[in-house]
Amino acid sequence: MLKINQYVRAQSLDEAYALCQKKSSVVLGGMMWLKMEDRPVGTAIDLCDLGLDRIEEKEDGWHIGAMVTLRQLEQHPGLGTLTGGALAQAVGPIVGGQFRNLAPVGGSIWGRFGFSALLTVFLALGAEVVLHGAGRMPLETFAAQPYGRDILTEILLPKQPVKAACCSMRNTATDFPVLVAAAGIRDGQVRCAVGARPAKAALLTDEQGLLAGGVTPESAQAFADWAAEKLSFDSNIRGSADYRRTLCRVLVRRALLAAQGEEA
Amino acid sequence: MEIKLILNGRPIVREAEPDTLLIDFVRAQGCLSVKRGCETSNCGLCTVMLDGKPVLSCGVLAARASGHRVDTLEGLQAEAEDFVAFIADQGAEQCGFCNPGFVMNTIALLRENPDPTDEEIKAFLVGNLCRCSGYEGQLRGIRAYLDAKKAREKEAQ
Repeated sequence: MLKINQYVRAQSLDEAYALCQKKSSVVLGGMMWLKMEDRPVGTAIDLCDLGLDRIEEKEDGWHIGAMVTLRQLEQHPGLGTLTGGALAQAVGPIVGGQFRNLAPVGGSIWGRFGFSALLTVFLALGAEVVLHGAGRMPLETFAAQPYGRDILTEILLPKQPVKAACCSMRNTATDFPVLVAAAGIRDGQVRCAVGARPAKAALLTDEQGLLAGGVTPESAQAFADWAAEKLSFDSNIRGSADYRRTLCRVLVRRALLAAQGEEA
Repeated sequence: MEIKLILNGRPIVREAEPDTLLIDFVRAQGCLSVKRGCETSNCGLCTVMLDGKPVLSCGVLAARASGHRVDTLEGLQAEAEDFVAFIADQGAEQCGFCNPGFVMNTIALLRENPDPTDEEIKAFLVGNLCRCSGYEGQLRGIRAYLDAKKAREKEAQ
């Protein structure tokens, strides 16, 4: 059982950061995952009073606070238009609305969970993260780092609209995905991420020039086949490595074509 | 620590542990409609409204809910009364254990979207598990309620 010795609602990011430097401290996200852990927590740091639950369009892009819930993310009209609905496609199949009303974006991104459709779609969308401590960095850089003791405060998305889509395969509705693929196309540049391999999402760009002539059913298939060979897959309770590789060939093609606005 | 919140319209102040979950807190206040079905934040049985939004009370610390408004089915009887008979008329449920969470989330659905399509109903209620039924009866019940409401409104015009 999770045992919490002290609960603190941080009144500033500096306070949260200072408290977080102790190894026994934990920053609370939605607790959806944390509460199932069997561990003692010295200080549970709650960021809920810090105004991090806002989605704002500013000069340098869209700022998504770490405490914005998955439900806010999927229902936000501005982000829906910006990403062609890809964020809603990514989080919509996660458990249920009551879960998504609790789970914050920051918890999912901080966790860098293998099953995270959110990490997958944000990689494809070209997101950055802002950490109180290490500062601003591309999400792919953050995703590759070990867990530190900074505070994740925001996710940033470029202002420029992106043609994007997210596709997943689930054994039953609302379960963890067997595989997730997301694609984002901005200025003809393609970013494609594949998650739940079951390792955490990996980002691919078109280094082979397979999509240089545009995203068509044929070029999307060629890219998906290349992705399936290039990426590593593993087996777990939800599916085998071979099954995931096969799914990759389908879901990457579908994500690319859906992002481009073509029938998959 | 001290927990101060509005439970079903009534301000209360109680002592609780820092790791007390909201589900255990409200049950200790007599709100026994709030059930623990899974412990993995998946079944929807423990649904309560936190500042009017449906959430899983097994996934919230009572400490985080402090200062906020919490409503359980005990406080929303009048709103539930409207449609629960329609679900019962379909014989939708057998054991009834999942019913309070289902009713709570249906209230949330109808507040947000008073005239949902079948697909919208399914998408909204997908996080409420029922192990007796195949959900068809519940869907028919909500559909029958919406149809009856529309017929009433038409008559009134």
